[in-house]
Amino acid sequence: MKHCFKYILILGMIISFASCKKDNYAEPGSFLSGKLMYNGDSIQVERNQVPYQLYQFGFGKVGPIAATFAQDGSFSQVLFNGNYKLIIPNGQGPFIWKQTADGNPDSLSITMNGSQTLNLEVTPYYMIRNAQISGSGSNVTATFKVEQIITDPAMAKDIERVSLYINKTQFVSGGDNIGATNMGGADITDPNNITLSVAVPKLATTQPYVFARVGIKIANVEDMIFSPLQKISL
Amino acid sequence: MKKRLIIIAIAVLMVTAWGCEKDSSFLDIPPNTFLTNEQVFSDPKLVLSVLADLYNRQVDFSGLDNGWASFADFSETFPSENGSAYFVQRTGWNYDSWGLNWFDSYNYIRDLNLFLQRDSASTGLSEADRKRFYAEGRFLRANFYFEMTKRYGGVPLVLVPLDYDYGGKVNNLQVPRSSESDMYDFIISEAEAIKNDLPTDVGEKSRATKGAALAMEARAALYAGSIAKYGATTPAVSLAGGEVGIAASKAPGYYTIALRAAKEIIDGNAGGYKLKTAADGATMAQLSDNFADVFLDKNSPETIFFEDFKTGGKTHGFTTNDQPYSLSDEGGDAGRLNPSLNLAENFEKIDNTFAPFATTNGAGAAIIYDNVQDIFADRDARLAGTILLPGGKFKGQTVDIWAGYRLPDGSIVTSDQSGHLKPIVAGGPDVQVVGADGPINGLELRTQSGFYIRKYLDPTVGSGRRGQGSEVAFIRYRFGEVLLNAAEASFELGDNGTAATYLNMVRARAGLTVPLSSGDITFDRIVHERKVELAFEGLYFYDMKRWRLATYRWDGVPTTLSDLKSNIGNAKKHSTQPWGLWPYRQYDPAHPDDYKWVFKETLPALVTGVNRFLIGNYYTQISDGVIAANPNIVRQPNQ
Repeated sequence: MKHCFKYILILGMIISFASCKKDNYAEPGSFLSGKLMYNGDSIQVERNQVPYQLYQFGFGKVGPIAATFAQDGSFSQVLFNGNYKLIIPNGQGPFIWKQTADGNPDSLSITMNGSQTLNLEVTPYYMIRNAQISGSGSNVTATFKVEQIITDPAMAKDIERVSLYINKTQFVSGGDNIGATNMGGADITDPNNITLSVAVPKLATTQPYVFARVGIKIANVEDMIFSPLQKISL
Repeated sequence: MKKRLIIIAIAVLMVTAWGCEKDSSFLDIPPNTFLTNEQVFSDPKLVLSVLADLYNRQVDFSGLDNGWASFADFSETFPSENGSAYFVQRTGWNYDSWGLNWFDSYNYIRDLNLFLQRDSASTGLSEADRKRFYAEGRFLRANFYFEMTKRYGGVPLVLVPLDYDYGGKVNNLQVPRSSESDMYDFIISEAEAIKNDLPTDVGEKSRATKGAALAMEARAALYAGSIAKYGATTPAVSLAGGEVGIAASKAPGYYTIALRAAKEIIDGNAGGYKLKTAADGATMAQLSDNFADVFLDKNSPETIFFEDFKTGGKTHGFTTNDQPYSLSDEGGDAGRLNPSLNLAENFEKIDNTFAPFATTNGAGAAIIYDNVQDIFADRDARLAGTILLPGGKFKGQTVDIWAGYRLPDGSIVTSDQSGHLKPIVAGGPDVQVVGADGPINGLELRTQSGFYIRKYLDPTVGSGRRGQGSEVAFIRYRFGEVLLNAAEASFELGDNGTAATYLNMVRARAGLTVPLSSGDITFDRIVHERKVELAFEGLYFYDMKRWRLATYRWDGVPTTLSDLKSNIGNAKKHSTQPWGLWPYRQYDPAHPDDYKWVFKETLPALVTGVNRFLIGNYYTQISDGVIAANPNIVRQPNQ
């Protein structure tokens, strides 16, 4: 019986030491990060809603490394060094991503050799300018200007509505909010001066501030474009 | 010695003579463990058993053998099972939701194609058998492609068994997606081609008949027509190659086909199908029972094609999973599928108007009802036929659904255990303070919305036991739907009068005896009628998709109480969270209202998510693995 234990112990040690060898591959270490940009302005979207896809060729079957942009339009990805191609799928995002002649999203070649920052230049349908959001008592009021960027009649799209969202956390969008006010696109009289106001509901835990953003819903485009996040003291 | 020689000689002779047999006949022993194609396809009984397997591999969106959860989503129900709370806690669906297993699907299509090839090559079958089997195989193939098209739009249309030639190239196997309209054209032309080879027999429900082929044709053409018409409102949901989306100009053609196919059934050309109706002068309760019976009676003249179940063979656990907790055959196994108030309030009043269930009067005070069922009075008989309401009966016994006592000051006395006994007021006697069937927030397997499902729930003794299961059949095509298809096609073709006639047939059976006039027929009416008549039949979701209403219905905005109670019957009304209607007993011993009923709309506490349907959800993702293996397959829009 005692012998038996000894052998089991020895066998166990052999097996566990055998697995002490190093893994075959180093973990990926190159950091790719960047933002969605238009002429130097960052593009704000809803978190987890606008996807991008990275492809690396030469390893058998090709499938995307899929991820989404953060709400401030930033993205980051840890990758192995090598050559990649990046696309944003058709129809995603409140902007136009270049397409090839046959209608597929054009790819952006990326060579990873160490970490790099890469901003993605896109053309949004609209931009929100000069968003002034202020709080008073139990109301949050936003004033902003809408600038139409894509004016070519073949591609331009109408505004379906503009919305002011507030939330108790920094994630603010149509999906994450505690209060929202909408104004239909047809009700906008002066796109240079739009004012929206929303009442802050009673919260389960009181906090003296909320986060707010205004967004534009573009007709037949799913994703909204937003103004930068603002923390509003009440 | 001589004797021994003779024996040896005989033995040698026997051995060698045996060896004289030809090699081929000696080595080729017919196997006794499997049957060859020639053997199978010369005996109709064997062909039928092959066909039985092919029938069994058809798929449904909601199905009695797909699990109760296949009925559970879209804010139509609350899932009362703790492991399934994700249905009401998520904020949308992944792009690959509602998909089929691509490889299983094309295996099945290959088997169907092989079946058709072998059947048409067979010489041992009689001409009549061969033709019928062939038509059945084509029906199954077309119906399966229909199922795929509903989910994916155009898919690779493979109509012959594809084989690898070991040449190192697979280009000929990488079939690209057909256009969505080609898929529907294929289904329609197959139905037309086979309908006269199939029997015209109302009694035949589990095998393909002429009625089934025509019902498939009508539904497919209707779907194609509405995708063409309403797809024009969502240009984002289309692909340049037509794999998704149909040109708007094709809509009238499809609607015409749908109407013609439906009319063939309605006119009796495919057999004497008709609505299952109650006897004249039936009460509303009898009308409800009659409607529930449509889904239980296997000989109903309304059923055209169903997936049958039989004790001793194949049964399902729908009743086990969804029976009322207090009347369960199987201890604690019950009560998972709880229809939502969102659905229940859609059943209109018998004067053809829409109204929420009246819980409060104009001043906001609770309305007091003498009986728990009074609040549901004067409603469409399908309400009680589809949903097991508080105070409703199952297997002759009454379900015990009430959420607690309401004291005069408005406070509630209840418990976290169903059927719990405790004092209502301090020092009082122990009495039951909550129904044995709930509702109690978070208490699984009892209703948490205040309703149980009635459609398809089997009252047969023992059908709720796990070991026995229910043999209620799942109806894939029925005459009621054919009428609604005809009504919708007529409406879209501008013939409101005919649409009203067909709608009124369906509505009269449900006790809505005031007929709709042609002026009453609107798109919203069509949408509404299909929602209430066809609830829990696996059609609602595809209706929302093909009308491109899904992005309105599940818009990601929480459903407030005022949202819930307004705009009933509006096609674009949003419904993103399943609400419940909880009955309470009034406790006020000194007052005549004591022990009477009040109701409160309640959002079950587990509902924290909001349904949000994205443009990319309209067509299910074809997985990256499939696209990597066949680069000719284009991605779905917005994916």
